[in-house]
Amino acid sequence: MITLDNIHKSFGDNHVLRGVDLHVARGTSMVIIGGSGTGKSITIKTILGLVAPETGTITVDGQDVSKTGDRDAFLARFGMLFQGAALFDSLPVWQNVAFRLLRGSLARPKAEAHEIAIEKLRRVGLTPDVADRLPAELSGGMQKRVGLARAIAAEPEIIFFDEPTTGLDPIMAGVINDLIREIVTEMGATTMTITHDMTSVRTIADNVAMLHGGKIRWTGPVSDIDAATDPYVDQFIHGRAEGPIETVR
Amino acid sequence: MNWIAALGRATLGLLAAIGRVAMFFGTAVTHLLWPPFYPRELALSLLNIGWLSLPVVGLTAIFTGGALALQIYAGGARFNAEAVVPQIVAIGMVRELGPVLVGLMIAARVTSSIAAEIATMKVTEQIDALVTLSTHPMKYLTVPRVLAATLVVPLLVAVGDVIGIFGGYAVATGTLGFNAAAYIQNTVDFLQMRDITSSLVKGAVFGCIAALMGCYFGMNSGRGAQGVGRATKGSVEAAAVLILAANFVLTGVFFSV
Ligand SMILES: Nc1ncnc2c1ncn2[C@@H]1O[C@H](COP(=O)(O)OP(=O)(O)O)[C@@H](O)[C@H]1O
Ligand SMILES: [Mg+2]
Repeated sequence: MITLDNIHKSFGDNHVLRGVDLHVARGTSMVIIGGSGTGKSITIKTILGLVAPETGTITVDGQDVSKTGDRDAFLARFGMLFQGAALFDSLPVWQNVAFRLLRGSLARPKAEAHEIAIEKLRRVGLTPDVADRLPAELSGGMQKRVGLARAIAAEPEIIFFDEPTTGLDPIMAGVINDLIREIVTEMGATTMTITHDMTSVRTIADNVAMLHGGKIRWTGPVSDIDAATDPYVDQFIHGRAEGPIETVR
Repeated sequence: MNWIAALGRATLGLLAAIGRVAMFFGTAVTHLLWPPFYPRELALSLLNIGWLSLPVVGLTAIFTGGALALQIYAGGARFNAEAVVPQIVAIGMVRELGPVLVGLMIAARVTSSIAAEIATMKVTEQIDALVTLSTHPMKYLTVPRVLAATLVVPLLVAVGDVIGIFGGYAVATGTLGFNAAAYIQNTVDFLQMRDITSSLVKGAVFGCIAALMGCYFGMNSGRGAQGVGRATKGSVEAAAVLILAANFVLTGVFFSV
């Protein structure tokens, strides 16, 4: 469903992506792992058109994303949880969650949008009393979960999660991992998740891709990851300081 | 020969910047004309830029009008022309000081806050989030602010003009011994339609410049807290200089016969 072909992206002389090739099939969960600063977030942003790659093509359902006529309709198919949550700090929590449901092509009555927001907040483990607070009044982990609720609020068919469990306690991380898995198996969504957390990888992933050196270093089903002979993958999943991945980057 | 190259580079840089701002403005105008519209955002901007600026505009105008009356009286006394205080206060406030001072106060108060807010949104990926939620940042953030400022700053200028004239009146009748009724009569008789039109047009242009610079610098902010700081500083500098330049041009257009 989503295909990246030979994507290159530089910032000045920082050549971040050097030919990324990746395929995510419909209704599957792809997890991207890799050291920090290797360009995982940038990879996802290129798919959404937030970052324009210098070369390479990205297709969704066979259609080139740089040539979509109706961008609103295109983007309405996606949900995105940003690494830093990226909540609108001028709006109360529930209006953040229901942002899409309050305006544009997916708009619906306010009461209904509010109800959906409360329901989504509950799904990410937040009680209704946070709904009327402002994002700045929440802890980082709570903000992250509000961002997650916003990403899934309109039940999009493709959802990107950028480090969904970073900053959460282990119990809440477990809740979120289960939720993402559920979204794939029950709602049939196609997801890409960036994470450093091997528990998340094992819960969420159908397939795993490891980004290193600006390319997909290894990709395969999650069941193969422990048997992978690639020394980079081995070092990463076991969190070893010694190995081919440099620790000063 | 080096300085020629440097001059050339600076000129090219300036032209490129003007081009980028013009493109930005053009994009904002096209978004103004095409739906969806965000009336709630417009209302919030009108409140923020208009209503909440009234105290600072009022205070600026009243002190300026008062000081103007004192200066004209003192200066006029050197050639027995003290009586022109009402006329010169009216002209000075309405034609120049009202629009310029209100414009500069708006640059200080509104441009800076727009730039800081939008730059922070940019740095914390809120602008990216807007895009992924099928909401165009130009439509949702820039259009309401620029439109609101263009509509409401002329009103602020009108209020400033009136309060400034009142400041002059209060000083003139309170301490300089002017007759109250005659002061008002002189003011009203002396002002022409053209003075008032120019005042309001200047207000609209200055409001547009102030909000546009805030949005432009905010949207093009660099990364991190430093990026936000630079965007804010740059926006106020650009807005103030452009307002003064536009004032010069508009004064030329309206009053050079
Ligand atoms: N807007 C930007 N301008 C310049 N450099 C950037 C920008 N965004 C990301 N980078 C750089 O690109 C690299 C990859 O960033 P990112 O994709 O966020 O990494 P991660 O894999 O941790 O998600 C980093 O070196 C970062 O500094
Ligand atoms: Mg990242």
